[in-house]
Amino acid sequence: MTLLYTEIEEDLRASVRDLLADRCGPGVVLRRVESATPYDAELWKTLAQEIGVAGLLVPEEHGGAGASARETAVVLEELGRAVAPLPFLTSSVLAVSALLGSGDGLLGALAAGEATAALVVPFAVSPYRFAETATVRDGVLSGQVRAVAGADVADVLLVPAGGGLYAVDAADATVEVVPSLDLTRPIATVTLSSAPGRRIEGADGGDVRRALLTGAGLLASEQLGVAEWCLNTTLAYIKERHQFARPVGSFQAIKHRMADLWLDVVRARAAARNAAHLLAGATGPAVGGDERDGQDERDGRDGQDGRDTELAVAVAKSWCSEVALRVAEESVQLHGGIGMTWEHPVHLYLKRAKAGEIALGTPGVHRDAVAVLADLPGPVA
Amino acid sequence: MALDEETVRERVAAFLAGHDPAGDRLEFLRARFDAGLAWVHFPEGLGGLGAPRELQNVVEREFTGTPQINHGLQTIGLGMAAPTILAFGTDEQRGRFLRPLWTGEEIWCQLFSEPGAGSDLATLATRAVRDGEEWIVDGQKVWTSGAHHSRWGILVARTDPDVPKHRGLTYFVCDMHAPGVEVRPLRQITGEAEFNEVFLTGVRLGDDLRLGEVGDGWRVAQTTLMNERVAIGGGPVRRGGGMIGLVADTWRARPELRTHDLHGRLLRLWVEAEVTRLAGSRLREQLAAGQPGPEGSGMKLSFASLNQALSGLDVEMRGEEGLAYDDWTFRRSDAVDFFGRGPGYRYLRAKGNSIEGGTSEILRNIVAERVLGLPSEPRVDKDVPWKELPR
Repeated sequence: MTLLYTEIEEDLRASVRDLLADRCGPGVVLRRVESATPYDAELWKTLAQEIGVAGLLVPEEHGGAGASARETAVVLEELGRAVAPLPFLTSSVLAVSALLGSGDGLLGALAAGEATAALVVPFAVSPYRFAETATVRDGVLSGQVRAVAGADVADVLLVPAGGGLYAVDAADATVEVVPSLDLTRPIATVTLSSAPGRRIEGADGGDVRRALLTGAGLLASEQLGVAEWCLNTTLAYIKERHQFARPVGSFQAIKHRMADLWLDVVRARAAARNAAHLLAGATGPAVGGDERDGQDERDGRDGQDGRDTELAVAVAKSWCSEVALRVAEESVQLHGGIGMTWEHPVHLYLKRAKAGEIALGTPGVHRDAVAVLADLPGPVA
Repeated sequence: MALDEETVRERVAAFLAGHDPAGDRLEFLRARFDAGLAWVHFPEGLGGLGAPRELQNVVEREFTGTPQINHGLQTIGLGMAAPTILAFGTDEQRGRFLRPLWTGEEIWCQLFSEPGAGSDLATLATRAVRDGEEWIVDGQKVWTSGAHHSRWGILVARTDPDVPKHRGLTYFVCDMHAPGVEVRPLRQITGEAEFNEVFLTGVRLGDDLRLGEVGDGWRVAQTTLMNERVAIGGGPVRRGGGMIGLVADTWRARPELRTHDLHGRLLRLWVEAEVTRLAGSRLREQLAAGQPGPEGSGMKLSFASLNQALSGLDVEMRGEEGLAYDDWTFRRSDAVDFFGRGPGYRYLRAKGNSIEGGTSEILRNIVAERVLGLPSEPRVDKDVPWKELPR
């Protein structure tokens, strides 16, 4: 079984979904994003500590659950479905991934949900063109990074500088939240003015790039969740809403659009699962070869140096970004006037989808990666 | 007896020990059928062993390098007639038809569409009137691929014009050699005639050629049509395989053809081909795990739009070369030779992908209504006897 969900994954999904249904309904999220504290610290504590999602990617010897990207992806699907304002992607995926190779003690605190961290990079950064924006001298860091996600609720900031990675106490930095397009995932400008930092032993720029790639691949699962909510909510609406003495959903013009969106979502699920499967460290592609009879008809590029994983990530992030956005946009349109209101939650999903399109590499950036990985070079000049 | 991979492998080994693949091709295929190694999931005595369907892969692998059946020539027989005969045929019919169908000794065609009944297939007007132990068939069919070399056709005809359209149909096997069957080639957009018009004038078919009950033809036809869509939407199982592979190979080999615009579109289509392939793999995993999903209905839709976009890009990419066409000579093809012909042929032939086997519009309706549960459009013909419908 590769692209399907395991029983364990379905159990985890059910726990997360139940909790979110209880405490993170659309009305709750809407009220929160208008308050001074969009993040729900209490909910995060329950999710992180009682359900144990914060430590999914952390190995058991560092105090985590020792699970994999597959389970992590399922949690992200549910968080996307709820547009939950929680630091799971930024702390438990991005920050944890950057620390995994080092085995740093901070992992234990993050896994236990006792601390929250943020990787100090622009959320719009391309995983393929990451460049440092802070400098370090004698263990003291300086620099300014815009559009950092998750920094507003982070206890620890992980700053790539001088080829390494530094842990900075959030209290020693200036974190200025700016109005963000995605109300449910605020961005902030992080300013470091001679902030003291602790160098993470054994972590370097390679760890940061791997973390960004993992983040991009798993963000696809969150986008799948966003798309699913939009599809299902729209479906329910057009079955109810009557015009011209018929449910709007009985008109062929609407039905065909819904069928196309459904097909896009079906393919998004396959792409997101494939990325999660490969990020989970599976050797070889889930279904990359000739699966009919196990004959290896793959070309020589496959299965080398993690290129299958990189390709799966690039495919998933480019496809799922566009699908989440298309379904959200169609959802607003098919809800008619109500879709334009503040009180209907669909705008939260549209905003999450549009911001997610840019986050961790736009679809075009990831297709450029496909060009290299699948050997489809562009024009020379 | 539980049939597992090992047992099937042993069966094949035993068979190969007793039959020389280098000998007579037809004898080899007939013997393979008789040994239950044609379709292992079919019942014993009918080319199978009653084994799980996925063991067919094991069989195919073991038979690599031996005489093979001709899938191209027998697409309709293998993909549509065989599963329908298996599901609805009598023991005599199954015994009579399945073996020569599989070996390719008898080719099959599908007599469904009519000039006035395409997407709305249930309005078809070809009549079958009972005459003792026989039926007399009159009417006209169209878009009949391969009718010119077929021995048998699967035929839906109207046997009761006084009831609403879906209820008055009956399913037959048509003897294509019977007097009154006339096949005329229909030259198509590509220049060749892969399909035909078939005129049926006073054709007498024995009642033993009826498949299923009188008046139950629509239900039988549904089995055929569902199998047809699965067959068409199969798609490539290898990354970068099929049509995207062909275009990508040209792209790699011909750097002088590349432009930024083409590059952007090629990459989009490469990603779409890959996610479509992954969705197909996921569907097969679901089926193997005993969780039949609705995704199958969407696979043919994706296949059609991808094939059309890619074949169009292929022609455009080639520039002045794309202005040429390989061969307009009128010919009656044996099978669709998609990859054996030039890019212009592929572009034109792919236009049929969103029409044949259920138009993309009909498939979207199926997804919307049966998968998403959306209400159907108001039906004006539901309770009206067929003979009173405007045509």
